[in-house]
Amino acid sequence: MESIFALVLAKANYVAYIILMMVGLYAMIVKNNLIKKIVGMTIFQTAVILFYVSIGCKRGATIPILEHHASPETAAHGAEKIVAHAMDAVNVTHYINPLPHVLMLTAIVVGVATLGVALALAIKVYNTYGTVEEDEINQQLRSG
Amino acid sequence: MIWQLELIILLLVIVCAVAAITVRDLLSAALLLGAYSFLLCLIWAVMGAVDVAFTEATVGAGVSTVFCVAAVFHTTRRTKD
Amino acid sequence: MKILGKLTILLCGVLLMFFTMEFPDWGDPESPASTHLSPYFIQHTMEDTAVPNIVTSVLADYRGYDTMFETTVILTAGLACFLLLRIERKKVPHRYYRHEPTGVTLRMEGDKFPRNSEVFQRMDANWVPYDFIISRTCRLIIPFIQIFALYVVAHGHHSPGGGFQGGVLMGASVILFAISHSLRAAIKSFSEKTAALLSVTGVFIYAGTGALCLIFGEVFLNYSALAPLFGSDRVMARSHGILMVEIGVAVAVTAVMIWIYYNLSSAGKQDEGL
Repeated sequence: MESIFALVLAKANYVAYIILMMVGLYAMIVKNNLIKKIVGMTIFQTAVILFYVSIGCKRGATIPILEHHASPETAAHGAEKIVAHAMDAVNVTHYINPLPHVLMLTAIVVGVATLGVALALAIKVYNTYGTVEEDEINQQLRSG
Repeated sequence: MIWQLELIILLLVIVCAVAAITVRDLLSAALLLGAYSFLLCLIWAVMGAVDVAFTEATVGAGVSTVFCVAAVFHTTRRTKD
Repeated sequence: MKILGKLTILLCGVLLMFFTMEFPDWGDPESPASTHLSPYFIQHTMEDTAVPNIVTSVLADYRGYDTMFETTVILTAGLACFLLLRIERKKVPHRYYRHEPTGVTLRMEGDKFPRNSEVFQRMDANWVPYDFIISRTCRLIIPFIQIFALYVVAHGHHSPGGGFQGGVLMGASVILFAISHSLRAAIKSFSEKTAALLSVTGVFIYAGTGALCLIFGEVFLNYSALAPLFGSDRVMARSHGILMVEIGVAVAVTAVMIWIYYNLSSAGKQDEGL
């Protein structure tokens, strides 16, 4: 029991991300209103993105934009400067892992596109049935 | 950064998410989603993911909230659960 | 039914928590995610592409194929919104106009009134007088938002930013114009046909850059083939190729955001907005 508590405390950030994911999943499954389901979908998506981006963090590292070292020969342009920059050995542990950022950038923009289509579908459902509550729509489908 | 601040922002994010699915008024739910996006953008900026934070700030807290509010205006505003 | 849902979620949560206990600690530099491929990107981005922002160079150059299909997905979403919602404007039998200086409301039959008139303003169904302060303030702010959007697109190489963020900012400026003034004014200045054509043009610019690399003899989307076109060496040609595809992405994202807003805010009819 003691060791389980210590283990949970050490990985407390993962526990927080999973709680957020479960909140979103709960809204998608249990709620009746279509727009609440769409809100739950958004929460689930962003919680997964948060989980993924947090994997690439490194303690004491800086943002993944290479620093420009101020070189005395500022008159050099073009290829010489680039070669001079490449000569400075880049310390890999000094920069955060950029790969999760790249993948999640795509995921965020695809998420907003999906949100647009989902809301358009909700408006269409409202125009056809007059309501966005799921049980009322089921009643109309069964009787009509 | 200071780990206490990160913990408080993470707790606020969870509170915002739970509130967004619990309130009865759909317009409030859409705006709470905007607040949730902003706090998430803060967490990513603290973690060092500046590109992801920039994208979430424009897309999540800007355009996504406007789409949700537009959809709420064309359907009902009250909900039963 | 709800008890079943809550039980499922509890089970799912407990299982996930049990399995993430095996994950590496937060902030560990030796975690498997950071030791296989990303050291290559961090060390070689400057000598391969001359772009300091590692995220932009990986997004647009090393993984450019992925980004091209993502732009296509955004275009498809805009198209789907349009096909779902858009309906023809019905011919109304009469329209209401308001005479500005005196406040008199007229009701006109058919379509006989001149459309662009200074003193007569067309009324919508839920007519609310558009606030003078809001419309004038937004008119002052919108050019600065657009300049900032162009800055973000152009400086994607050296600071956080790039094509997506700049495109969304540009689209948000037109959405702000549509909210503060009326939707008809926004459609008059940036019509839906323009938005649709621009979104396709953006994807065409991206795929066209890749095809141009094919014409010059290299693999699809290998920007160093464009070196004779720009008149520089192969490394700088990759940097310029990244800028070209970022412009294509920005144009496509701008147009799709505006298109989705036009369709969502009027539920397809496009005669009154929010």
